[in-house]
Amino acid sequence: MRSKRTDNHSWRKIKSALASTTAFVSAILVILPLGLVFFHLLVNGINSVNWDFFTKLPAPVGEVGGGMANAIVGSLELLALAGVIGIPVGVLGGVYLAEYGSARINSVLRFLADVLNGIPSITWGVVVYGLIVLRFKSFSVLAGGLALGLIMIPLILRTTEEVVLLVPNGYREAALALGVSRWQTIVHIVMKTASKGIITGILLALARIGGETAPLLFTAFGNRFWNHSLTQPIAALPLQIYTYAISPYDDWHRQAWAGALVLVTGIFCVNVLVRFLTRGRGAPVA
Amino acid sequence: MDATAEMPVAVSPVQQRMAPPSRFGDRAFEWLTLAMASVVVVLVILIGWELWVGSSLAIKKFGFHFLATSTWDPVAEEFGALPFIFGTLVSSAIALIIAVPLGIATAAYLTELAPLWIRQPLTSLIEMLAAIPSVILGLWGIFVMVPWLRDYPFPFLKHYFGWIPLFTGPIYGPCMFAGGIIIAIMILPIITSVSREILRSVPDLQREAAYALGATRWEATRIAVLSYAKKGLFGAVILGLGRALGETLAVTMVIGNTPQIVASLFKPGYTLASVLANEFTEATTDTYLGALFEIGLVLFGITILVNLLAQVLLRTIATTSATRAVQ
Repeated sequence: MRSKRTDNHSWRKIKSALASTTAFVSAILVILPLGLVFFHLLVNGINSVNWDFFTKLPAPVGEVGGGMANAIVGSLELLALAGVIGIPVGVLGGVYLAEYGSARINSVLRFLADVLNGIPSITWGVVVYGLIVLRFKSFSVLAGGLALGLIMIPLILRTTEEVVLLVPNGYREAALALGVSRWQTIVHIVMKTASKGIITGILLALARIGGETAPLLFTAFGNRFWNHSLTQPIAALPLQIYTYAISPYDDWHRQAWAGALVLVTGIFCVNVLVRFLTRGRGAPVA
Repeated sequence: MDATAEMPVAVSPVQQRMAPPSRFGDRAFEWLTLAMASVVVVLVILIGWELWVGSSLAIKKFGFHFLATSTWDPVAEEFGALPFIFGTLVSSAIALIIAVPLGIATAAYLTELAPLWIRQPLTSLIEMLAAIPSVILGLWGIFVMVPWLRDYPFPFLKHYFGWIPLFTGPIYGPCMFAGGIIIAIMILPIITSVSREILRSVPDLQREAAYALGATRWEATRIAVLSYAKKGLFGAVILGLGRALGETLAVTMVIGNTPQIVASLFKPGYTLASVLANEFTEATTDTYLGALFEIGLVLFGITILVNLLAQVLLRTIATTSATRAVQ
């Protein structure tokens, strides 16, 4: 009887250890692609990231060399435009949810924002195509920026709401008690207190749309040359990577790897910056 | 309170000078923020309306046959979405079969089983995986993953499991299976992080009760945590499904882009999102464009239903942290 119980106990312990090991292996498998992608980006991309890459236009087909200067600038232009559309709407909308909205309105708005966050990014491309490109009969910077900006809105709205809610009520009460009007309290006290969090949310949203390709395919469209007008098609780094990756030319493949390395480095820099901003305030360990 | 209210208050000249502050700024600001917040409502309506208008021509012409026929011939202007719906569902199913056990096991590891010091670094790494853009994963997929799959695991599967229709036929490289795997990689971070938040929200009393009864670590995890969080984990899976259905670039680059309905996973497939990515700029006629808009409408319809279900499931858990992880 006794030995049977011990056997059972040790079997249960073995089972527990097995389960822990399986879970550990799963965790390794989950982060394995991250390591592999990084490794291959470095191996394949590092040699093609040079001065030309940042300063030259793409070379014509068949010619070796050239760079992605126009795509890098194009991406920044699109991000700026997206920011102009997405940041004010997202931030002020988030402020409404946190400061004014009744519980019922808020739950509806929050729900819709989360649903919007789950919509495939290519859908935004189709919608903006119908809205802008078909109407004005041209792919354009405006269309691309709008598509990215619309994606940003629900993202920023939700993060802003959360950080504004974190501001202690005492701050609001103190300002109101001094006779400061409500909107000034919100702008000068509440939003200023939450500014770090709001900026973090904005940066994360920018990092997220900076790598988006699908919504740009038929809005910004891409361009082999410099773009000089908001109503003309424009190159973007992720678009260029896509075009080069599915092309049949080896030199373009090399450029695609280099572009990918640059893009990922940029995105990770933003993520590290965010970590730096939220340091000390962030989630405690488990 | 009443007593003070009735007390006569001497109005000093200073107080008279202090007129009540203007309410205009307050009202204007409230309306401004309300207008910005209601943009989300406008956007949902706008997407639905724009897709509906864009596809009205195709809807009139093909009706419900669009969803049930499998010819996709732009030259003859015959359009049916069935192969794309099939490809989307099959690739997402493969992705879920791979990603759900891995994601939930990893979440359980992160919250219950792992040594404390490893939890935060691992979580950060998973967040970094989520930050990799689709197109870069696709690039890696074309040049690294697909050749490897073609040379090692696929022949192995064919050799030992070739009697199952799923693993028959020639192995080209880009195929439905590769598409499913790349989607799995894309949705693993979200399934893992949402599951992790859900497991974290399980009250400690649950665990303590299990340990008090003499449960081992795994038994406590299984009995007290995983089964308690079943509904929330299901929500996490559905949310992952929503992302899987809409995943575009990475899949387009490895799935082979051939509209066909075949059993073999080694054959190329095509998804709703991929056909949009590939053919939208090539649509030369109004009917063609309309058909593509209708594909977009179908994709939007499916993803919105799946997302609604996920939100409802996750809402009942009512943890802000779970919804935060969604982003």
